[in-house]
Amino acid sequence: MSGKKKDEILHDHNHDGIDRRGFLKCMAWAGTGAFCVMSGGVLKSYSLSRLSEMNPAAAKGELSFVQISDSHMGFNKPANPDVAGTLKAAVDKINALQTAPEFLLHTGDISHLSKPEEFDTVDQILKGASAKDVFFVPGEHDVLNDDGRQFLERYGKNAKGQGWYSFDKKGVHFVGLVNVLNLKAGGLGTLGHEQLEWLEDDVKHLKHSTPIVVFAHIPLWSVYPEWGWGTEDSAQALAYLKKFGSVTVLNGHIHQTMQKVEGNVTFHTAASTAFPQPQPGKADSPGPMKVPAEQLRGILGITDVNYVQGQNALAVVDSSLA
Amino acid sequence: MKRIVLVLSFAVLAIASLTLSAPSHQAFLVSAQAAQAATAEVKIDNFSFGPGTLTVSVGTAVTWTNRDDIPHTVVSTDGAFKSKVLDTDEKFSFTFSKVGSYPYFCSIHPKMTGKVVVQ
Repeated sequence: MSGKKKDEILHDHNHDGIDRRGFLKCMAWAGTGAFCVMSGGVLKSYSLSRLSEMNPAAAKGELSFVQISDSHMGFNKPANPDVAGTLKAAVDKINALQTAPEFLLHTGDISHLSKPEEFDTVDQILKGASAKDVFFVPGEHDVLNDDGRQFLERYGKNAKGQGWYSFDKKGVHFVGLVNVLNLKAGGLGTLGHEQLEWLEDDVKHLKHSTPIVVFAHIPLWSVYPEWGWGTEDSAQALAYLKKFGSVTVLNGHIHQTMQKVEGNVTFHTAASTAFPQPQPGKADSPGPMKVPAEQLRGILGITDVNYVQGQNALAVVDSSLA
Repeated sequence: MKRIVLVLSFAVLAIASLTLSAPSHQAFLVSAQAAQAATAEVKIDNFSFGPGTLTVSVGTAVTWTNRDDIPHTVVSTDGAFKSKVLDTDEKFSFTFSKVGSYPYFCSIHPKMTGKVVVQ
């Protein structure tokens, strides 16, 4: 550590412990998405914002796709008054990829208030992406007031139950789960009995060597239960996936990048395309981090993944682009 | 100068009378509150209900105000009341007509819980 300069508080005008440098680091969480490459049955994920540093060989694999999350279309508070603009910036980054992704995954909170025009705007912006197929799972902001009926009509035509489904691409089995409905007082995200039974049945016939990618909005691991960042019955879901050699879990909800390995399972959370949220327990609440819009736009894409890893209490896998 | 003395002495008198009549003054305040239609407020700040437990008398109208940048709901755990989603600065009111304990939560962020006790 001798060569590393110790951080100093340079300008702490608000006395909140966030100086300019700290602020820039916070903005590392406002990346735009994750570029995922399945290679040799193992999924690696890279921040879209750092692809210029990426070794082109790393982008080659059996399959590549992009995960975006938490667009919160309709949000217009100081943390980001132009969420449409930052989603467009994410699409521009997707379109600049040397290897066009096969499809996009959106891990929920497409809209901010479940309004039809919010979904319409996102659909319109995503039409501009090089990848035409988009697979969605709902966030809690997408199922307000109607228990997810509108979401199902728009995105879940071929889904089971309240919106869960699976599909296969190039030998990889993808499973989209819903954990934002029927939430109980004091509890976390919930999958529910019916969905768990479906999952058990869905993966039963698959070979153990089949790479599995599970995606859902709320993390399927306990990131920070005090803020509701976890899923009550995720252990049961993961138990059904124990027999597989390679399992990747992709989530959103927490508006920052985190990765963790547990046995055969690698967990990733994606950044939001809209606004950052604080690190677990590092603020009074998980509310949006307020920064001036022009600074947010200017800083989007300048990610410092090492910081997120280094400061994290959780075990984190190396996501550097070397 | 004369005026200042006058004002000062009036102020002293006023304070003295307030101090002397403190018990009856309090009683007056309480009866005045009861005479109005009883209301109470719960503020939603930083993903929490404040106060977390609110005690009111029967007939009180409780109003919740969302002061966060993120939408919340106010949903009774046993189905007694349920708000629509409340965006920033939006309000929800419910009048409690029966004695009892009413636990509630935000159905979007279920870690947010609160309780209204009606006496």
